[in-house]
Amino acid sequence: MELFINQVLAGIATGAIYACMALAVVMIYQAIDHLNFAQGEMAMFSTFIAWQLMQWGVPYWWAFLLTLAFSFAGGIAIERMLFKPLAKAPVLTNVAGFIALFAIVNSVAGLTWDFTIKQFPTPFGSSPFLGSQLISTHQAGMIGVTVGLLILLYLFFQFTRIGLAMRAAASLPESARLVGINTSWMIALGWGMASAIGAIAGILIAPVVFLEPNMMGGVLIYGFAAAVLGGLTSPLGAVIGGFLVGVFENLAGTYIPGVGNELKLPIALALIITVLVLKPAGLFGRPIVKRV
Amino acid sequence: MTAMLNIKDLRAYYGQVQALHGLSFSLNEGSLTTLLGANGAGKTTTLRAICNMVRSTGAIEFEGKPLSGKSTENVVRLGIAHVPQGRGTFTTMTVEENLQLGAITRNDKKGVVADIERMYEHFPVLKERHTQQAGTLSGGEQQMLAVARALMLRPRLMLLDEPSFGLAPLIVRELFKILGKINREDKVTILVVEQNAQLALELADKAYVIETGRIVMSGSAAEIANNEDVRKSYLGY
Amino acid sequence: MSSVDEVANEAPAVEAVPKRAMTLGYGTSLVVLALLIIGPMFVKNFIVFQMTMLLIYALAVLALNILTGGSGQFSLGQSAFYAVGAYTSAILMEHMGVNYALTLPIAGIICFGFGFLFGQPALRLSGIYLALATFALAVAMPQLLKLGFFEHWTGGVQGLVVTKPDAPFGLPISQDRWLYYFTLVVSIGIYIASVNLLKSRSGRAFMAIRDNEIAASAMGVDVALYKTLAFGVSAGITGVAGGLGAIAVQFVAPDGYTITLAISLFLGMVVGGVGWLPGSIVGSAFIIFVPNIAEHISKGLSGAVFGVLLFLVIFLVPHGARQVAIVAQQLIGKLKK
Repeated sequence: MELFINQVLAGIATGAIYACMALAVVMIYQAIDHLNFAQGEMAMFSTFIAWQLMQWGVPYWWAFLLTLAFSFAGGIAIERMLFKPLAKAPVLTNVAGFIALFAIVNSVAGLTWDFTIKQFPTPFGSSPFLGSQLISTHQAGMIGVTVGLLILLYLFFQFTRIGLAMRAAASLPESARLVGINTSWMIALGWGMASAIGAIAGILIAPVVFLEPNMMGGVLIYGFAAAVLGGLTSPLGAVIGGFLVGVFENLAGTYIPGVGNELKLPIALALIITVLVLKPAGLFGRPIVKRV
Repeated sequence: MTAMLNIKDLRAYYGQVQALHGLSFSLNEGSLTTLLGANGAGKTTTLRAICNMVRSTGAIEFEGKPLSGKSTENVVRLGIAHVPQGRGTFTTMTVEENLQLGAITRNDKKGVVADIERMYEHFPVLKERHTQQAGTLSGGEQQMLAVARALMLRPRLMLLDEPSFGLAPLIVRELFKILGKINREDKVTILVVEQNAQLALELADKAYVIETGRIVMSGSAAEIANNEDVRKSYLGY
Repeated sequence: MSSVDEVANEAPAVEAVPKRAMTLGYGTSLVVLALLIIGPMFVKNFIVFQMTMLLIYALAVLALNILTGGSGQFSLGQSAFYAVGAYTSAILMEHMGVNYALTLPIAGIICFGFGFLFGQPALRLSGIYLALATFALAVAMPQLLKLGFFEHWTGGVQGLVVTKPDAPFGLPISQDRWLYYFTLVVSIGIYIASVNLLKSRSGRAFMAIRDNEIAASAMGVDVALYKTLAFGVSAGITGVAGGLGAIAVQFVAPDGYTITLAISLFLGMVVGGVGWLPGSIVGSAFIIFVPNIAEHISKGLSGAVFGVLLFLVIFLVPHGARQVAIVAQQLIGKLKK
């Protein structure tokens, strides 16, 4: 029983990271109807920025905040320069753009900081949380930061004017323009926020998976799985999906014989395909109808 | 009276296809004008061209300022509210949020709160449902909401694209009564595009008839309503 | 009003390419063919090997082109089919002693089946969803190949060594040259078959689906059948390419078939021009030689070079090599006058 609780809690902790990645993916999907295949690489790059700042002696939380600001600005810059011109291009061209971004960010990170594995600090420590063996303080910190972030985002979207405008622009761009919303900048803002959310995920998971240019590959696949499970049109669904996937991954690894570390990605694959085939809108998403 | 909106030689294109072939007309301040025409005549395109939602050439002047080259949202910010065909309701948001969105460009918080109350007076049904998702409203209620949302801008000019579409006759009558009231009391200039010519002509003081992208007739609503051709083609008697 | 009100007015998945624009004229084809036949006679073995790989990747890009340019479906997972083909050939040759030439049709058939099966769930997905599912397939594939369960056959993480075949009938040419000409014959065969496929009834059905799926089904095209068929054909050709690749490289291992390979193939298609079959060889040259040059300058640089070039292609020549070819043709036409 203790093993079970332990695995569920550990699953919630990693699930928090998946939830962040899924949320970042959904924010961009809501804004431009495309999946950002480079979301993980952008998060990885942000994490390297944080690491570099700390190497230069910047205290952890300052580095954290500076990285968020950098990621936010970087996300906006990428959208303005690379993806805004592609807004009306075929889907294929956009997919190619994301792949190109993926390759560039990965390669530049490798060239700048090389491909060796680096330790990443945690401000929470890794001792048992509140004296209990069930969960470490870092894991508790991951959950805490994520929940805090989610509450802030909820308040932002529900109670601020710009949050309302962003929701409107995402759900019906044409109507949004007709009430005077600059939808193009709302998209850029979405990119900035997604990039910053990804940065938080990267910084939180880095002490667990270690810092290197390929650290987010698996995390992103799980983020996609979470987003698809929750429904790509539902930010709340993406978050719930993240936690569900985290717990599912841990329980499957523990209780299904033969599913060790090596099968984790195939499980995510199976999950993505199963959900897409059985319920393409996800658990909380809205079905979308196409007309000729 | 001065012309508030002046349109000269407006041509609009969808890709290679030309939809408007040199349209010219003007709206007087405070007037209620209707643009009549059959399906595909170019009524909707005219409204979309005013808001720069379709590629067009020609001159569009609003209160003496040219609109060409301005993005849709900047045209709206000048005080031109557009109620699109199909109403453009934000279906996943509440009624109240829809109204707030209408006023999203305004900075006077108190004024917005007061205007929302005023809309609830105009349209009591919206007050009853203000926390409901707008997508759960009936077609008529959504049309009321769309008009209310447009009014939240405190527009100088309001463009309506077939407000009667898909509504029961009684509801259309009620809606048009409210439009007339808004025009008189709030001094909002209104341009309404309609297929329901009879009602539109009862409501309007001026009318234009448009056929295949050209204005073919203009005059006071009464003149147009009495015109033989119009009666045959659009009024059916 | 229900949620059915929300209608996705998406951009098209793939820009429509007219059928005539998909192939090369006879004259140009013959020139290219002559170059491919005569070229290897005068160069070193290593270059012959690279030319072999050029043909092999060109086949894989061609396969993706049939899927995407032909039927409008995406795949970021071609590396998975390539891997299955490679492993099929390797296992048949090393464990069962099957002749290398015979392993190729088997690899093709197995991959056709695999692709056809994967096409079943993929049927319900379109655009980016399909890209996502295939992306996940490509990421998961190396881990599946490493599974202890299959280790007896696949050699696990270590992989398998494949013996390079000698030229038959005592022909006095090196193994590399023989393999090159063997690959060339296979490639030409597949290219001709592909051109004919796209010109056939099935090809028209593919393109109808690409341009408008709902309208195609309304015209009586069996959308489900043709979409899965396109997947199967594409996977089958990729499998043959994978088998040839295994023989040429003389080695198969899980980490040779990562998402990077899938991305390279995708890249090759975009660079070569989506829907333009001869562009496959241009795209293939791009994905073989660009990393070589980039890695020569600095380790790890190839990703950045790839990415930047890809953006340049997207922004400057969105139709890839096809566009360059058309412009060149027009220039030549002007000069003639």
